[in-house]
Amino acid sequence: MKFAVIVFPGSNCDRDMYHAIKHVLGMEADLVWYDNSNLENYDAILLPGGFSYGDYLRSGAIASASNVMQHIKAHAEQGKAVLGVCNGFQILLEAGLLPGAMLPNKNLSFMCHYEPLAVANHKTCFTSNYEKGEVIQLPIAHGEGNYFADDETLSALKANKQIVFTYENNPNGSAADIAGIINRQGNVLGMMPHPERAVERLLGSDDGVKLFQSLIQNWRDAYAVNA
Amino acid sequence: MQSTHEISPAKVEQEKLYLEMGLSEEEFEKVKNILNRRPNFTETGIFSVMWSEHCSYKTSKPLLKKFPADGPGVLQGPGEGAGVIDIGDGQAVVFKVESHNHPSAVEPYQGAATGVGGIIRDVFSMGARPVALMNSLRFGNLTTGRTKYLFQEVVHGIAGYGNCVGVPTVGGEVQFDDSYEENPLVNAMCVGLINHDDIQKGIAAGVGNTVIYAGAPTGRDGIHGATFASVDLSDESDEDRPSVQVGDPFMEKLLIEACLEVIHSDALVGMQDMGAAGLTSSASEMASKAGTGIAMNLDLVPQREEDMNAYELMLSESQERMLLVVKRGREKEIIDVFEKYGLQAVAVGEVTEEKSFRLIQHGEVVTDIPVDALAEEAPVYHMPSKEAAYVKTFQKMENEVPHVTDHGEMLKQLLQQPTIASKESVYDQYDSMVQTNTVVAPGSDSAVIRIKGTDKALAMTTDCNSRYIYLDPLTGGKIAVAEAARNIVASGARPLGLTDGLNFGNPTNPEIFWQMEQSVEGMSEAARTLKTPVVSGNVSLFNQSNGKSIFPTPVVGMVGLIESLEQLTPNFFQQPGDLIYVIGETKAEFGGSELQNVMKGMYKGKAPAIDLHVEAKRQKQLLTAIRQGFIESAHDLAEGGLGVALAESVFNGKGLGVDVSLPGDPTTAMFSETQSRFLVSIKPEQQEQFEAAIENAVQIGTVTGDETFVIRANDEALIDEDVQTLHELWKGAIPCFLN
Repeated sequence: MKFAVIVFPGSNCDRDMYHAIKHVLGMEADLVWYDNSNLENYDAILLPGGFSYGDYLRSGAIASASNVMQHIKAHAEQGKAVLGVCNGFQILLEAGLLPGAMLPNKNLSFMCHYEPLAVANHKTCFTSNYEKGEVIQLPIAHGEGNYFADDETLSALKANKQIVFTYENNPNGSAADIAGIINRQGNVLGMMPHPERAVERLLGSDDGVKLFQSLIQNWRDAYAVNA
Repeated sequence: MQSTHEISPAKVEQEKLYLEMGLSEEEFEKVKNILNRRPNFTETGIFSVMWSEHCSYKTSKPLLKKFPADGPGVLQGPGEGAGVIDIGDGQAVVFKVESHNHPSAVEPYQGAATGVGGIIRDVFSMGARPVALMNSLRFGNLTTGRTKYLFQEVVHGIAGYGNCVGVPTVGGEVQFDDSYEENPLVNAMCVGLINHDDIQKGIAAGVGNTVIYAGAPTGRDGIHGATFASVDLSDESDEDRPSVQVGDPFMEKLLIEACLEVIHSDALVGMQDMGAAGLTSSASEMASKAGTGIAMNLDLVPQREEDMNAYELMLSESQERMLLVVKRGREKEIIDVFEKYGLQAVAVGEVTEEKSFRLIQHGEVVTDIPVDALAEEAPVYHMPSKEAAYVKTFQKMENEVPHVTDHGEMLKQLLQQPTIASKESVYDQYDSMVQTNTVVAPGSDSAVIRIKGTDKALAMTTDCNSRYIYLDPLTGGKIAVAEAARNIVASGARPLGLTDGLNFGNPTNPEIFWQMEQSVEGMSEAARTLKTPVVSGNVSLFNQSNGKSIFPTPVVGMVGLIESLEQLTPNFFQQPGDLIYVIGETKAEFGGSELQNVMKGMYKGKAPAIDLHVEAKRQKQLLTAIRQGFIESAHDLAEGGLGVALAESVFNGKGLGVDVSLPGDPTTAMFSETQSRFLVSIKPEQQEQFEAAIENAVQIGTVTGDETFVIRANDEALIDEDVQTLHELWKGAIPCFLN
């Protein structure tokens, strides 16, 4: 399985994501500069955290208008996996690949620490290796992670089981304790917590490993069927 | 700003405009002698910034020479962007501390943010990837609205810049004392990692080579910032707000990536950050170091504002700019890299054989100065020095044991002192984990980051107890270095070297200069004894306002190497049943202590004594024991003494407690700040080996599993508290002060 880690000007978790995939999970991965339009050879696209374009205008807004997003949309329409973490999630929201928007954290401060999360939906290609309702520890590091959506959207997210991760102790004011959501088709996941920062016990938690393993295993299963 | 073209050299002299820029009468005469003519307005400005304390170290240079700068492993000592020390496997650690005090006093967010940006550039200009940030902050007590505002905005500024640029802020220290009320200190340290082959220098070598300006265009911000930083703050300092630079961390992030890409090109000859005194200092220093000259056409310099004159262009301290010297004919390959990142990079001049600093604007020569006159021939002053009168009085005082009636209540009070209380509400705002190397996050004696691809890690700390230095600058200077090394050793690392951030008052006051002399002497002696060479540093003087000086605050930033991650040692107790030891005897030493602060609201008497040979031996023994694997946890004893250290050792959410019996006088045992002591825990089965390996270790109790904090003295319970209560007081104190 081959991963593309998209690097926008101002991305700063790109190398962390690359390290997790390449050196910890042992998969093929490339850092792909944002003006590269050729994503056909990749099985999954990862949008890393950071401050793309300095988060000027709004978090993720400028990156969402870059050309590479058209290729990412096309990739997603083919049913291939797209994961946006932190700023990557904000970009997916701005690009309309996922519903809703981000507000500043309710205490108006950036925050960085481990948060317990519940796996609210373990039947996705990103979470199938987790147990139902499993509580995991992942770091958060954001100033604008307060998820907002109107009631209709929130109802739809709940009804369609699109809420994948929820905060156990909502740190930022997110609606419905949302930490991560998936699209209707189940192949585009956006989340504020950082699974790529939680792949080695040495650094405090390896609870993020199962997310990437789920993705790899599901891809292999599908590949075996298709092959 | 008014145009300065018209101001003639004659007018500069007649109206003594040089005085406003910071040059003295004698210095102006010296400039005239060097040039054999009157300097024009721009040249006067250039001399004044280059000869400011901030750039020339003219009063501190004679003292800085005392620091031991050499040692095994030192690849680059003071003089370049940052110091470099070998860590084996072809890699090296690069680090430096820098102050941004004056800007932070008038515009705390941008002052702190650009302090972070500047120190990061110093590190990547060496070719190193910045891997960690630390800081050392000083504020007045959190009782006034202004101090709270300064504190919160400085923290926001550090977070705003560091988080965006993608370098983790892994630790630091904050102290609160009245002396910093008007003049807060903001010192930032950056640590980088580099392969030996990639080490760059800021040199303009090779006559005919091209000078390239890269990064943000130049605006009118920060003009004369270096001079502003070299005078006392006053009530009028708010008018200097235009002297404060504005940072753009997004631009810096792009600049880091572009610069770390161009270092792999053999077309690059030298690279230097445009920091204090901007284009002036970077260009003239690069030429001076290479023994060449530089000629630049200012019309080619990217400009953000219209009609900037030569004076403004040369003295601007706009941020996120770098100066490169590139082999002639190969400019395009370097410029292409910057353009990939959307950055401007423009050839603005060339390296010349004639050792002059020659600037042309609109076809006219606007500056022509011998290069060495700016850097190497800057004036050096040997200031008069006089022992501070108050110190004599303090030295005559006897050590007395304060009368504490309720030790439990006193411990609670100490844990809520802002200097001791948890800084979690501060560091939670910093991204401490980006780059996925942070093994020990903020909140420990040292922060630790692993080195990917190896089994090694770097430990780092910033320290300076300025209360001791105020009482006795010689002893306090020794303690600052020793305490930093103690923190490094407690984490299982071998101290490699240090960077100093010297913050003092006005050096023209002989008593202030004496404080500088004495503390540098003390630090040098400690650095020699503990084998921690001083590889980089920064001097910030004139930290006083309305005649009131800060406590002398020479911040020590130290880096150590953990040879194998197995040796990484936590500060916190680990398991019920482990035995608790104090290493080092405890004397009644309360001068400058937190207890004295709480009980008397002031600092007086003698600073705690320190014997550097004892210190060195104890550190060596502990490190050996750590490497042999019989230390479960180790913690330095500092502010608040053993009582505070014991409490901190159970504030790790593991459900632990302590049962301790104190030897001797309980107040001394609990709260004295005697130096060269560690609090350690060991497994009972290793007691024999431990006691054989470590001298002066006394068992005081055991770690328990019931979250109670029990301290006994003379067979009676002195304190019996639950850990939760203490933890909450400690954790909640700073948020409570700010609400």
